[in-house]
Amino acid sequence: MIYEGKQKIWSEYQKEIPEDHYFYVRSCIRQSFFPASEKVFLDITRNRLHKDFFETEHHTTCGGIAYHSDAIPQETSMTIIARQFALMHKYGYENYVCSCITSFGLYTETLETWREFPELEEKIKENLWESCKLEFAKPKYLAHASDLIYKYRNLIASQAKFKLIEKKSGRPLRVVEHIGCHYAKMFPSRGVGGAEYPYVLAGMIEAWGGEVIDYPERRHCCGFGFRQYLIKSNRGYSLSNTHKKFESMEPFKPDMIITNCPGCPYFLDRWQYVISEMEGKTYGENGHGIPVFTYEEVAGLVMGYDPWDLGLQVHQVGVEPLLDKMGIPYDPEKKYKGINNKDLGRPELPTCACL
Amino acid sequence: MGKLYDRLTQDYRVKEGLKACINCGTCTAICPAAEFYKYDPRKIVDIVQSKNDEEIEKLLKSETIWYCGECMSCMTRCPRKNAPGMVIMALRSLSIDMGYFVESEKGRQQYALNKILCSNILNYGYCVYPRTFASKMHPEAGKIWEWEEKHFEDIYGRLGANLDGEGCGALRKIPREDLDELKRIFDITGATKRTEVINEASKKKAAELGLTEEEYFTKVFEETEKDHLNR
Repeated sequence: MIYEGKQKIWSEYQKEIPEDHYFYVRSCIRQSFFPASEKVFLDITRNRLHKDFFETEHHTTCGGIAYHSDAIPQETSMTIIARQFALMHKYGYENYVCSCITSFGLYTETLETWREFPELEEKIKENLWESCKLEFAKPKYLAHASDLIYKYRNLIASQAKFKLIEKKSGRPLRVVEHIGCHYAKMFPSRGVGGAEYPYVLAGMIEAWGGEVIDYPERRHCCGFGFRQYLIKSNRGYSLSNTHKKFESMEPFKPDMIITNCPGCPYFLDRWQYVISEMEGKTYGENGHGIPVFTYEEVAGLVMGYDPWDLGLQVHQVGVEPLLDKMGIPYDPEKKYKGINNKDLGRPELPTCACL
Repeated sequence: MGKLYDRLTQDYRVKEGLKACINCGTCTAICPAAEFYKYDPRKIVDIVQSKNDEEIEKLLKSETIWYCGECMSCMTRCPRKNAPGMVIMALRSLSIDMGYFVESEKGRQQYALNKILCSNILNYGYCVYPRTFASKMHPEAGKIWEWEEKHFEDIYGRLGANLDGEGCGALRKIPREDLDELKRIFDITGATKRTEVINEASKKKAAELGLTEEEYFTKVFEETEKDHLNR
């Protein structure tokens, strides 16, 4: 293949990401399980990089989990989405950024469907007015929040206090990157690097000094599966998918995992706990699990935030082995404390106590 | 061509997701659900494409349409740009509309899903909300979640969230007027109707099985009697 041809093909996988001025929308799962990640995202973008990210209390769920669990019709999720877009317009923004990958996929699907079927867009416009008396608008630009951290990765690197490097040996950390399925599997051109060569997390890892691990099941789903997790009797589906990924990555000895979807870090973290309880098996060094992080948490660690301000204490798999490798200081006594050092007791230890 | 097929073709997900399936089976090869369940998206798409209403009705009453995890890996790999996962969503919607979903064990789970998700959305404005994510329903959430559950206010406060608080922030209390708008959206776009259809068919099924509504919820949420697994 001639070089120009390769460049042309690769250019289809690039994503132009506006520098600034975003309407920020939260994620149901990230707020519930990794709330500090959203806080640190806004702190980094607003206070460290001096960008404009606006939030209103009036935005809600996009309904994506209910839609993909068949609980609400497509027309309902589209009208909720139209309401979110209308709020963006009302507050004077054109760039829309969401914290959730399910949302990002659904927004992308919705915009694509409206483009293909203008009569449906008209119907949603009417629904929006009838239900909310809001003016219909579409974003000029749609981003996932990980696109922005990718965009700012070199700025973050320039302010880095720590790198994804083992302090003692100088060895780059071996990092598994896991991209949420709905980021680019449905509409590859909307994600950095597409579905085949997703680069959104790999770019961060490389910019911050780590080494990306390629392993056979790198692109396999974490196993959320919506109804396959939400219903207790279906959870074997979810667990089996995570298990498959861990068995596949184990020989490559990952130091850590970084994810861009809010659900994936929860599943990759909690199913490690379940596997250790069920089978006594752990996948990290010395009987530990492999610590799993959101990209906001990793950006925060690199920039020198206190690990407990990043919410790393609410992971089930302990993060200390990774903090030790990176040479990040932390106070074990403060791990489970509330505001003003309030004593909140401690979580019970899992059977596999060193997890 | 029959009535059920006609109804499916009205669904935008079929309009978008089924153009010209060549039955190559790439979707099945990549599918995480096909590895776990007795599931073959290629066959499902082939039945829909056959336009045979009798076969489509069997599909709508079957277990198989509920096995998909909607990861949409099939959409990436299809050499003809079809989206079997979207066709599945259309089949599920039609199965619910027709009341056929109660004919399968996996379909009956819809009762629990709607109860959990729609009440979270309408009461709190979130699909997932910590106070309704009970550790007894989610033991896999770990010892850490049991601890968090005992100290929600303190822990969310420590992590910079605004649990049930006024104004912006993670897990803020969504204002009443915004929840009212969600309710109106549900009413005019068919979500309220869908829940009514699910509740009515589920109540009938519960009575048929001699179960109270609560027992029925527990059964569909926790129990599996059939062998669904691909082994």
